[in-house]
Amino acid sequence: MNRAVVVFGLLLAIALPLSLLAGRVWLWPDATPNAAIILAELRLPRALLAVIVGAGLGAAGAAMQGYLRNPLADPGLFGIAPGAALGAVVALWFGYTTSAWLLPLFALLGAGGAMALLAAVAGRTGGIALFTLAGLMVASLAGALTALAISMAPNAFAMSEIVLWLNGALTDRSWREVTLAAPLVGLGVLLLWRTGKSLDALTLGESVARSLGVNTGALLWMLIAGIGLTVGASVAVAGIIGFVGLIVPHLVRPLTDSRPSQLIVPSALAGALLVLVADSAVRVLPFVTELRLGIALSLLGAPFFLWLLIRMRRGLA
Amino acid sequence: MTLIAQNLSIGNRLHDVSLALKPGQITAICGPNGAGKSSLLEALAGLLPPDEGAVNLGDSSLAKLHPRERAKGIGYLPQAHEIAWDVPVRSLIELGRMPHGDTRAEPVDAAIAALDLGPLENRRAQSLSGGETARVLLARVLAGEPAWILADEPLAALDIGHQLALLRHLRAAAEGGAGVVLVLHDLAHAMNHADRVVVLDRGRIVAAGAPGYALASDIIDDVWNVKARWLREAKHHLLLLS
Repeated sequence: MNRAVVVFGLLLAIALPLSLLAGRVWLWPDATPNAAIILAELRLPRALLAVIVGAGLGAAGAAMQGYLRNPLADPGLFGIAPGAALGAVVALWFGYTTSAWLLPLFALLGAGGAMALLAAVAGRTGGIALFTLAGLMVASLAGALTALAISMAPNAFAMSEIVLWLNGALTDRSWREVTLAAPLVGLGVLLLWRTGKSLDALTLGESVARSLGVNTGALLWMLIAGIGLTVGASVAVAGIIGFVGLIVPHLVRPLTDSRPSQLIVPSALAGALLVLVADSAVRVLPFVTELRLGIALSLLGAPFFLWLLIRMRRGLA
Repeated sequence: MTLIAQNLSIGNRLHDVSLALKPGQITAICGPNGAGKSSLLEALAGLLPPDEGAVNLGDSSLAKLHPRERAKGIGYLPQAHEIAWDVPVRSLIELGRMPHGDTRAEPVDAAIAALDLGPLENRRAQSLSGGETARVLLARVLAGEPAWILADEPLAALDIGHQLALLRHLRAAAEGGAGVVLVLHDLAHAMNHADRVVVLDRGRIVAAGAPGYALASDIIDDVWNVKARWLREAKHHLLLLS
């Protein structure tokens, strides 16, 4: 077990109980009326969902950066999150949200569609450049269709619902979302963890990895499935929550020896921690309406990305 | 274990190339730019499937061999010294054990000792100089104990001292029983250090045999369009251009 697993595991163990108490109303188990019900039905599922979504996005980011050998890669760039968002937007457009299962189901279908398209274009050759370009095109297509759905929304209410939903949040989530996301994200993280050794070999480039016996085609399929499950399930239950996959591997890397295989599990833990803390913070911040989690993380993530670019430019100069 | 190419053709890069390589020797592949040297090496390593023909490692065709089994037999060193992450040197060398599914200390330590990398073992990859990186990457190949070492221009970007040192290490590997195949641009290095030279031109083998035969002045004139002759100084050959 590496140091990063211990550090982020411990921090998560401390943050989880604290986040159960934090909120617009601070919870004191002895003094607050109905504390047990609030905990069991509101705070605990929300906290667990933050952990699940964050773990999936963190692990996906670490695997993505390892595969593309680029510290600026983010799973959001590769069409799976926009695909899932498009699925959810379609559900909102047609007003299917009356049944609680339909929106996440449509989002998963959208993620699956994006994965299938990505695999159909880039899956056979296993080339990294082709994969990146295909992902970007899937992302723009899904983005364009989402914009089309917004501009042609049947009524103002549907439009505001779509726009609000696109800025991800964990407000008013229940055990239903937890039971939906947990197995999918769990399976996805397991698949991504299994790619670790192959990602280590990719450190020396694609031809060396192949010469070491890595089946790059199978690796790509496993990554598409792993990222599809983690990111697709996250978007399905929480909407678009950007930048977690980009930031988290950078927080983890200094605590490891930088091998991609050593980053995946600690990135899942650190992602869980980041989303949990951010979601607790938006609950506590004294705004009239709660700040959307997706917006809060983007406000954090974009300046971080810029700082990263400035640091890289200094390194190159 | 022999490595045999039979009637290889790949697009317009290689045409009907047949070659039988023997272990325990250094074979140099020479030729002008675009002759198909790297394509031939990649095909021999099983990384570039031929349109026609086959490469056989011992009794098995590379196309039918499981990638892991192929990787145990053939170590490949590309021209580019790409190291994406700042990982510890030892973990890079341990990657050579990947086809075997272990990180056994013995072959890794042997590779580190063979290339005098002891002092660098605990450094990070991106703190190494070009010459050190070249040694570490060769150690990665040696750690896998492959029967064949295939290297694409391993001497490019190295100063002359490091070139000779790397050639000494490759010679030691050949004397240990490995087959070594190198793509070389420097004809004098091929002449002085290879046991056998294969000259490629526009995807076809023009000459193959002892260096003195395959790199004779008239072949250099035909293939490279350069008038040159060899001078002999003690045991070494110098290429004199005119």
